[in-house]
Amino acid sequence: MDVRVDRDRCIGAGMCALTAPEIFDQDEDEGLVVLLNTRPPQERRAAVRIAAGACPAAVITLTEQDTSTAP
Amino acid sequence: MQHEPSLTEPVTLPTQRAAGCPFDPPAGLAELREQRPLTRMTYPDGHVGWLATGYPAVRAILGDPRFSSRYELLHYPFPGGPEGPLPPAPVGDMTGMDAPEHTRYRRLLMGKFTVRRMRQLTDRVEEITAEHLDALEHRGPGADLVKAFARPIPALVICELLGVPYADRDRFQGHADTIMSMDAPPEEGYAAMAALQEYMAHLVAAKRADPSDDLLGDLACDSDLTDEELIGIGAFLLAAGLDTTANMIAHGTFALLTNPAQAEALRTDPDLAPRAVEELMRYLTVAPTTVRSALEDVEVEGQMIKAGESVTISLEAANRDRERFPDPDVLDLHRKATGHLGFGHGIHQCLGQQLARVELMVALPALLGRFPTLRLDVPADEVPLRTNMNIYGVHRLPVTWDED
Repeated sequence: MDVRVDRDRCIGAGMCALTAPEIFDQDEDEGLVVLLNTRPPQERRAAVRIAAGACPAAVITLTEQDTSTAP
Repeated sequence: MQHEPSLTEPVTLPTQRAAGCPFDPPAGLAELREQRPLTRMTYPDGHVGWLATGYPAVRAILGDPRFSSRYELLHYPFPGGPEGPLPPAPVGDMTGMDAPEHTRYRRLLMGKFTVRRMRQLTDRVEEITAEHLDALEHRGPGADLVKAFARPIPALVICELLGVPYADRDRFQGHADTIMSMDAPPEEGYAAMAALQEYMAHLVAAKRADPSDDLLGDLACDSDLTDEELIGIGAFLLAAGLDTTANMIAHGTFALLTNPAQAEALRTDPDLAPRAVEELMRYLTVAPTTVRSALEDVEVEGQMIKAGESVTISLEAANRDRERFPDPDVLDLHRKATGHLGFGHGIHQCLGQQLARVELMVALPALLGRFPTLRLDVPADEVPLRTNMNIYGVHRLPVTWDED
């Protein structure tokens, strides 16, 4: 799984940081999404999918195809 | 034989809740959602627009920038509103704006309402909550929980966060109540908004002269906001912070007291609090309705919404969509309710939601924990409901408990 975020359209609602805090954070000053890990490990992927679905501004994009390189 | 209304005939917005069902959306919304989740609707001013009740349609519209939130493009869905579209949003009221105006305000504020910053307030919210529980306990059994608990806690928190003196509350609380009332004629609402802004103008002048270490003080010295903008933002944040979480605390308590097994589950398992809060937000949806207007022709769920048509968005109906939430009419604190629309969806999703979560996660378990015998002090059907307010809930919640 490959994760991308579009900070230009982020509205800082915090749903990602709430749902998958190991993968998403919000920067201290602006509240914009900060991606901590673009290749989340297997055990975090379910939470990442929920976070992507819950993002009110749809700024999280997931690419699911990779199976080999992620830890 | 009775004539069956055609499924394409415009409906009017159902607003009457069924007797004995204080937690359920107005009767009629469920049937519409099952049969015609996006349907034509006739507005009280004669406009023929749309009503969205199904989860997929609601989510699609709220997430689509081709639907505007500008008040001057919206028709009011409830009786008693202004004729024709609403007046434009006052300066600083970003709920009535689109990008890029909305973006500018949101960006200035969102860093101040992050998950981390709001969690840092947990200790203070716990302290405020404990003080109110102490006072209740000290006075002995019997209280209106709205007045003694649900309203003052979020009011104190938002005042401290913004830098508004809580001691001034007689100068703003009444105006905020009028703004949220659907009974008040439009001109009374506008007068209340003007009065709230006048109060805020004095405060902003003081912050400009002597910036304090709080949100309004920060904005007064660190942003390029004009006085008018700062006043508008201050009034908007204060009004939003006073009334929303307060209703979730009171109505949430009412729901828990009428579902004792759920209350017991939360009382005995503090780890349930985060999930419980999401489920209560879904189940109660105290901000039940919003409106958008199509900026161009947009196809949604196979239907063509034309430019200029208003769409009334029933968040409360969508949160009871059985396709999304199994057994939607059951309050189940163990449910995974993430994805609910209780804070809205799209770029206008509640700015203060992480603060609301902290307040609810603290206040509800603390209340249940302090008073294990807490119960209603009147029959459930005598609790006065806020059917006449933009934010739903209860006007009063008479409760009592056994003394140790």
